[in-house]
Amino acid sequence: MEGSTALKSAGQPRQRLDSAVVRFAGDSGDGMQLTGSQFTLTTALAGNDLATFPDFPAEIRAPVGTTFGVSAFQINFGARDIKTSGDTLDVLVAMNPAALKVNLDDVKPGGLIIADLGNFIEKNLRKAGYDDNPLEDDSLAAFRLLKADISRLTLEAVKDQELSKKEGLRCKNMWALGLVYWMFDRDRRATVDWLAAKFAKRPALAKANIAALDAGHAFGETAELPADVRTYVVPPAQLAPGLYRNVTGSEALAWGLVAGAQFAELDLVFCSYPITPASQVLHLLAGLKDYGVTTFQAEDEIAAVCAAIGASYGGTIGVTSSSGPGIALKSEALGLAITAELPLVVINSQRAGPSTGMPTKTEQSDLYQALFGRNADSPLAVLAARSPADCFETAIEALRLATKYMTPVILLSDGYIANAAEPWAIPDIEAWLRFPVRLHGEAEGFQPFARDPVTLARPWAVPGTPGLEHRIGGLEKADRSGEVSYDPSNHQRMTHLRADKIARIADDIPAQSVEQGETGGRLALVGWGSTYGPISRAVGGLRGQGIDVSHIHLRHLWPLPRNLGELLGGFDRILVPEMNSGQLRTLLRSEYLLPAEGLNKVSGRPFRISEIEQAILGTLEEKA
Amino acid sequence: MNVAAPPRPLAAKDYASDQEVRWCPGCGDYAILKAVQRTLAEVQAAPEKTVFVSGIGCAARFPYYLATYGFHTIHGRAPAIATGLKLARPELDVWIVSGDGDALSIGGNHLLHLLRRNIDVQFLLFNNEIYGLTKGQYSPTSRSGTRSPSTPLGSVEAPVSATAFALGAGARFVARSIDTQQKRLAEVLKRAHAHRGASFVEILQNCIVYNDNVFGHVTDRDVAEEAQIHVAHGEPLIFGKARDKGLRLRPGSVDLDVVRLGEGGVGETDLLVHDETSRPLAGLLAAMEPPTLPVALGVLYCDPAESYETAVHRQLAEAQADGRRRDLGALLRRGHTWQVPG
Repeated sequence: MEGSTALKSAGQPRQRLDSAVVRFAGDSGDGMQLTGSQFTLTTALAGNDLATFPDFPAEIRAPVGTTFGVSAFQINFGARDIKTSGDTLDVLVAMNPAALKVNLDDVKPGGLIIADLGNFIEKNLRKAGYDDNPLEDDSLAAFRLLKADISRLTLEAVKDQELSKKEGLRCKNMWALGLVYWMFDRDRRATVDWLAAKFAKRPALAKANIAALDAGHAFGETAELPADVRTYVVPPAQLAPGLYRNVTGSEALAWGLVAGAQFAELDLVFCSYPITPASQVLHLLAGLKDYGVTTFQAEDEIAAVCAAIGASYGGTIGVTSSSGPGIALKSEALGLAITAELPLVVINSQRAGPSTGMPTKTEQSDLYQALFGRNADSPLAVLAARSPADCFETAIEALRLATKYMTPVILLSDGYIANAAEPWAIPDIEAWLRFPVRLHGEAEGFQPFARDPVTLARPWAVPGTPGLEHRIGGLEKADRSGEVSYDPSNHQRMTHLRADKIARIADDIPAQSVEQGETGGRLALVGWGSTYGPISRAVGGLRGQGIDVSHIHLRHLWPLPRNLGELLGGFDRILVPEMNSGQLRTLLRSEYLLPAEGLNKVSGRPFRISEIEQAILGTLEEKA
Repeated sequence: MNVAAPPRPLAAKDYASDQEVRWCPGCGDYAILKAVQRTLAEVQAAPEKTVFVSGIGCAARFPYYLATYGFHTIHGRAPAIATGLKLARPELDVWIVSGDGDALSIGGNHLLHLLRRNIDVQFLLFNNEIYGLTKGQYSPTSRSGTRSPSTPLGSVEAPVSATAFALGAGARFVARSIDTQQKRLAEVLKRAHAHRGASFVEILQNCIVYNDNVFGHVTDRDVAEEAQIHVAHGEPLIFGKARDKGLRLRPGSVDLDVVRLGEGGVGETDLLVHDETSRPLAGLLAAMEPPTLPVALGVLYCDPAESYETAVHRQLAEAQADGRRRDLGALLRRGHTWQVPG
């Protein structure tokens, strides 16, 4: 079957690829995100490892045909370990001239461009800023080109369903998907099932979309395609055995919070105000009432964090979630949680800033904000997730630390992690370490600000408990008794205790390990957050060529692991790639007095592997 | 065998904490504290289930002086913190204590949403028409022309009416009282406590240091009975020392008029009867002010509806129909999965 398909297409067998990068690009109303998610699901079911990069404008329905309205979904999939969404494109599906214009720079030389001929008309070319039709001159000579009138072919495929022309044209993303499925020898069944379920109430739409999907696939099989259009097979990856699913960062975060609350044996109260790119976590948790999750859409960011504090005061675990500008609004309340010593988890899905910045574009420039962005000496714990799946474990860790140390914990994610997906070996929940919380119940000798001798945590005494009636608040409290105090030496002591409590978390987290490479040498790359993927690939690739470089990745950003300074001291050079202007670099310099150097990118897009490789090679070539 | 003695009923003083009260001598807050303690005793509130939440300001010190749970939070945010607390623990009896700046300036947004959502709390707004703790600046309820350190030539702003704001926000219980009217205040507080949902009580409170006697035209002994009307559900709207004045709708309009009973053939049956379930009437009463109309005191509006946290927990209970939470493992396996063989 496979052989005959290949024979029909170009007279050649399918070319075996180790990995491939495909980007679907079109108008923000063209359904590119749905198309990408379906390709992702099918690719995962085919056993590939993968990473995705949804990239869309802030405008919900930007003017049709404009470059700023282009929405794209990129997927890197392979027979090997995949850690990034891919540097350059093997295949670009361009549904209109604007999509081609915006994405052409990312197509690798010799890469394949699939273009919807029917949309490359005068009006659309002009909107995209083309004087001449690039499909008709030689401007795309460096690439392979597959032109098809997708719009017309889609309308033909759906003509039996009596849809309006507008509705019919909406199926063209499925036509394009069908063609790409053919190209990579993918099974259409999961998408057919999904369409049938999605349009269960409008069977004509389901049928039309399935017809378009089939037509795109059939086009690949039967049409006379240019000789250089090949078909491919990307064999399954060698993944560890287990049950897998795809997961986005938002999903893993939401589920990690549910899991963490269960491990703490606490009810979860999630309080949030909608903001891009964090809202998805609120949506997901709002749908989990059957798991005992309470969600609260507050009137603003301040109310969201305050309600979460109120929930924690009441003996549940309060969580709030936002992005940088919203976190800024929460900072006064974070101070209250710090001084009242109540557990709280604060999630920041970072985006490009300052101010409103670029809401749908990723950045990791809120590290200073997380570490230092409050009035007064107000320490708290800061963690960062490194990938979509890693959000699960990081969320659990945030809940563990918050409840054990009676402190707010900031969990840094970002827009890339929130929206990107990757396969995830579903963990064995039963085997996970529980950390049940014991609310204080003993009235005899109760003091609200007495402390655990090891963690320095104060007792969690919640309203409703007889005999523990007490008053707390934002005013400085006397050590132990918790009564209002303006005593100078008490303030000195309490300031120290609050800092020491957070510092002691360093005794409760793993020592810093090296991801790849030696524990000392010429160069260490130190990363945090979503730069994990490209740094890991770049270091892995260069190490394969015999280059002496190590990769260190931080999950715990405050307090830092106890051994980090010593570990970093074993390297001649330290390079810190970050999607900001050097925030971790500053922290490492100030903490360890080490001459850490930065590799900084703030374009709203993740690092490419090649950018990091070049920086490594460049650093090693310089005389140290 | 020992038989446990029935617990002694708690007295007002049992609700006082051991903290020394630190308001200025003569501050109206002392009287309000006394009325609240008296109310708690009258309803025999369980101290362990009672929580006072406050923001910032003179009034916000209130929780420290009560032997219940208390949370003195940040400026304006008490409603949001109380909302989270009620979501977590709907069974708690939560009071919010606030002032005109805390509630209507920095925290105006939160108050709006607390009332709109109908969270089951008692919200006490101590209105003294001035910022006390920051030393006497004009507040959002200060009348136009108020001279203060920040408005040396007089405020040019129009004030907000606390009760009109509350009604506009959709509050289901709106009342007004005066700090010094101990008995009446305690009665209003008892009604507020009994009401399920957000109960909004404006208390006219005298700041002896920065705005002394700002309510003198309402509370001074010589004018009080002519300048106040105490409304009661089902009773005609009558006031005055001789109880010879009443309120009725001006014919052909929706404005209120003061009429004299017995004059021009006006009898009690011609007067408006207070209906606390009528929102339009509550609006008219809330807006009344001297010299043309008396200030309305008592429960202006009470029309209960399901509280927010009750509805939220009903949805939660319905989602867990068999009374059990779904298994976390099932959540993670929901949707498409695939097995990678070993």
